[in-house]
Amino acid sequence: MSDLSHATPARRFRAPTEEAPLARWLLIGFVTLALAVLVFAPLIAIFVEALSKGWEAAWKSLFSREALPAIKLTLTVAAIAVPLNAAFGIAAAWFITKFDFRGKAFLITLIDLPFSVSPVVAGLCIVLLFGANTAIGAWLVAHGFPIVFALPGIVLATVFVTFPFVARELIPVMIEQGRAEEEAALTLGASGWRTFLTVTLPNIRWALLYGVLLSNARAMGEFGAVAVVSGRRESATTMPLKIEMFYNEYQGATAFAMAGLLAFLALLTLLLKTWLENRHAGELSANRRGH
Amino acid sequence: MKIEIDEISKAFGTTAALTPVSLSIPSGALVALLGPSGSGKTTLLRILGGLEFPTSGRVLFDGQDATGLTVQQRRAGFVFQSYALFRHMTVFENIAYGLRARPRAVRPPKAEITRRVTKLLELIQLPEIGARYPSQLSGGQRQRVALARALAIEPRMLLLDEPFGALDAKVRKELRQGLRDIHDETGLTTVFVTHDQEEAMELADLVVVMSGSQTGGRIEQIGKPADIRARPASDFVRSFIAA
Repeated sequence: MSDLSHATPARRFRAPTEEAPLARWLLIGFVTLALAVLVFAPLIAIFVEALSKGWEAAWKSLFSREALPAIKLTLTVAAIAVPLNAAFGIAAAWFITKFDFRGKAFLITLIDLPFSVSPVVAGLCIVLLFGANTAIGAWLVAHGFPIVFALPGIVLATVFVTFPFVARELIPVMIEQGRAEEEAALTLGASGWRTFLTVTLPNIRWALLYGVLLSNARAMGEFGAVAVVSGRRESATTMPLKIEMFYNEYQGATAFAMAGLLAFLALLTLLLKTWLENRHAGELSANRRGH
Repeated sequence: MKIEIDEISKAFGTTAALTPVSLSIPSGALVALLGPSGSGKTTLLRILGGLEFPTSGRVLFDGQDATGLTVQQRRAGFVFQSYALFRHMTVFENIAYGLRARPRAVRPPKAEITRRVTKLLELIQLPEIGARYPSQLSGGQRQRVALARALAIEPRMLLLDEPFGALDAKVRKELRQGLRDIHDETGLTTVFVTHDQEEAMELADLVVVMSGSQTGGRIEQIGKPADIRARPASDFVRSFIAA
């Protein structure tokens, strides 16, 4: 008991949520390894393969008569589908979070449907609805606006597949923020539209941006649904389809060059997101501290 | 402005929130809606502000039927329970919001908006905080900013939902006096909701005691604080003000 008279020696205590050092290093090691094997290695392999014949060859193959239209089509589709989905996503999230109505849970499930349905099935649905042998499809073709095997069909398929991204990001944010700020704006005399532009939109802009970027990455990369809808026609071939075609035709270098470009666009999307987040870090944290 | 509530009832779906209630609030009064949760006091306040519409009954402002007026047309300065300050705007922008939201024809020029916001910041005794964001303010400061923002639109009445609910006891006492001072200075008809009988009795000219029931909230007694203390109209009032 003589110990008690001395000053207690400094002891390190571990926080209840902290793991033992061994467990910590094992976990970190495992995650790093998984990331390296599953994410970084394939990504690096693509760029190595794409540039195996040098920058110039890769560059040239991308600007070939075969490749360029696919790149243009992919960018066009994303440019149409992403804004459409941003608008739909905002509308859906608004509707779900700001109003109480019957069947709300069902509607939320419905928004998730594109996540669970195979994209091929989605593509087939569009063919079934708008194909040339259906009444609607025939009428549209007769009036010079074919949907299947053409741009509108690809856009529809892409919109379907990427539908949940924006809404999914927005719904939790908007639920958490509640309606009070909008109500405050209304009592101060602002119209509904002004309230949306000056209060709702600024409050959800980061979630919205995140959803838009995710949905953009997915829109450019979609294969299954677009494959069905495009009928693999030359005039309706997007980048992912074209990559597969090149690959099957033993044009490996061109296939990888394009795959490299697609991966680069995806990386660019992520970088853009990170850059914006950092740039607005002050504002972001001001929002998060909340009140 | 004189406010009359004429046989107002409200139901949300099948849930009754208010049985028909009637109440006359004289112009310039400071009125407390006092009651436990579920007594319909916040619902009544939101009906006055145009944030909810009654299932039946009428609201009259200075004798004119105002039941159908939109929330924007009511011009009620509303202070929300958690203040609902715009988190992405500075204090200055928060207070200026209502003025900037006006149609171009009646919108004050920029310099005039700045002048008025500055004056309101002085009124709430926080002249230095215009550039700060709501997240950088204390609870008491937020409440005063919310009050200034509501006053900026030159409201016809002031409606406050549990304005002191989120504050600690000391700040609460200070801000009570602050609200009293602003009320006396502006002369605005003011209605505030509270579940704290001491707060209601101390601050209000007229206290409306409400109670909840299966058929919705109802008014138990309307009167001056002293009268309610001296002559509670029902057992409910007696036990509630004793609490």
